Amino acid sequence: MERPVHELSIAHSLVSLVQQQLPEGVTRVTAVDMRLGALAGVVRGALEFCYGIATEGTPLQGSTLRIVELPVVIHCPECRADRPLEGLAFRCPVCGRVSGDIRQGRELDLASIEYDDPEAASA
Amino acid sequence: MTTIPRVLEIRQKVLSKNDELARGLRDRLHAHGVFTLNFVSSPGTGKTRLLEETLGRLVARGLRPAALVGDLATDNDAQRLMRSGVPVRQITTAGRCHLEAEMIASHLEGWDLGRFDVLIIENVGNLVCPSSYDLGEDLRVVMLSVTEGEDKPLKYPSLFNSADLAIITKLDLAEACETDLAAMRENLQAIRPGIRVFETSAKTGAGMGEWVSFLGEQHRIRHAAREATAE
Ligand SMILES: Nc1nc2c(ncn2[C@@H]2O[C@H](COP(=O)(O)OP(=O)(O)OP(=O)(O)O)[C@@H](O)[C@H]2O)c(=O)[nH]1
Ligand SMILES: [Mg+2]
Ligand SMILES: [Zn+2]
Repeated sequence: MERPVHELSIAHSLVSLVQQQLPEGVTRVTAVDMRLGALAGVVRGALEFCYGIATEGTPLQGSTLRIVELPVVIHCPECRADRPLEGLAFRCPVCGRVSGDIRQGRELDLASIEYDDPEAASA
Repeated sequence: MTTIPRVLEIRQKVLSKNDELARGLRDRLHAHGVFTLNFVSSPGTGKTRLLEETLGRLVARGLRPAALVGDLATDNDAQRLMRSGVPVRQITTAGRCHLEAEMIASHLEGWDLGRFDVLIIENVGNLVCPSSYDLGEDLRVVMLSVTEGEDKPLKYPSLFNSADLAIITKLDLAEACETDLAAMRENLQAIRPGIRVFETSAKTGAGMGEWVSFLGEQHRIRHAAREATAE
């Protein structure tokens, strides 16, 4: 049995989101930029693989998926500062205070796209 | 024809469509006074058995529960639950490893939400995939059985961190499995500081009273708060 992977659903969501945002007349997307938090629950390699499948037959076919990975950042109430986590435990790496106040790490965001603009060329 | 390369900033969540649907669903459920839970865990942790026991006890407290049960392929879980007489519907995901807000919306069709106080959604048994999908629930409840190993929260931080509550299940087997409950609690707190943890056995009923009173209380508080803001 095929192992169900939600990365495929996510890749399809990404493709339809890009298509919705695409200016009229654009038929070719060359690159897609994403931000992926460490707590998003998405495996980068699996998403990259599924992207190839999900883009087939769309204006995104053959485009590059660029993923910026973001570490988890918590706010430490003791230091009054945002701290990137080292490892898994939710405690401030400087003072050791436990904090679940997450400021970064859940992102699963489409940041930007690059495309070929035929309008601009003919104008 | 030549073309000019362009960059377009978008800055949107990839799952924004699901998030929007979930927000709409949550508003609709609230408008009908329904308190909604999303049960997530690995396969076999005891979601259905706890659900079965919970539904019965909610009814005994005078509350009107309903349930939606997600499963990859079968309707065994829903069949089991229907025996309780509580409204139950099955969501077969046809191989998909998680539920999405759209599936919840379509399976609520035809149900008069005004007749429910509590809606419990059993997600597909999976510790990874459900974490990104808001179903419009009020509380996400992650379950972990004493037979699964103390370090589960550390291995699946995305899901455990996304939960509002945790339940340690199959407490009756803790001794036989030599489960280190203190370590299990500690690992839950490490991944989700401050999370409230219930410990239950659906078999013996241990901890079930506390769990179901909590649900009754939550329903009452939330309902009262909405009534107050509606005035
Ligand atoms: N001893 C004991 N067994 C339990 C308890 N809760 C569940 N079980 C057993 O564990 C097995 C799995 O329970 P289910 O409730 O079907 O688990 P589930 O999480 O719904 O499983 P999936 O829907 O497949 O993900 C069944 O054989 C249950 O009878 C418990 O509290 N104690
Ligand atoms: Mg089940
Ligand atoms: Zn600190």
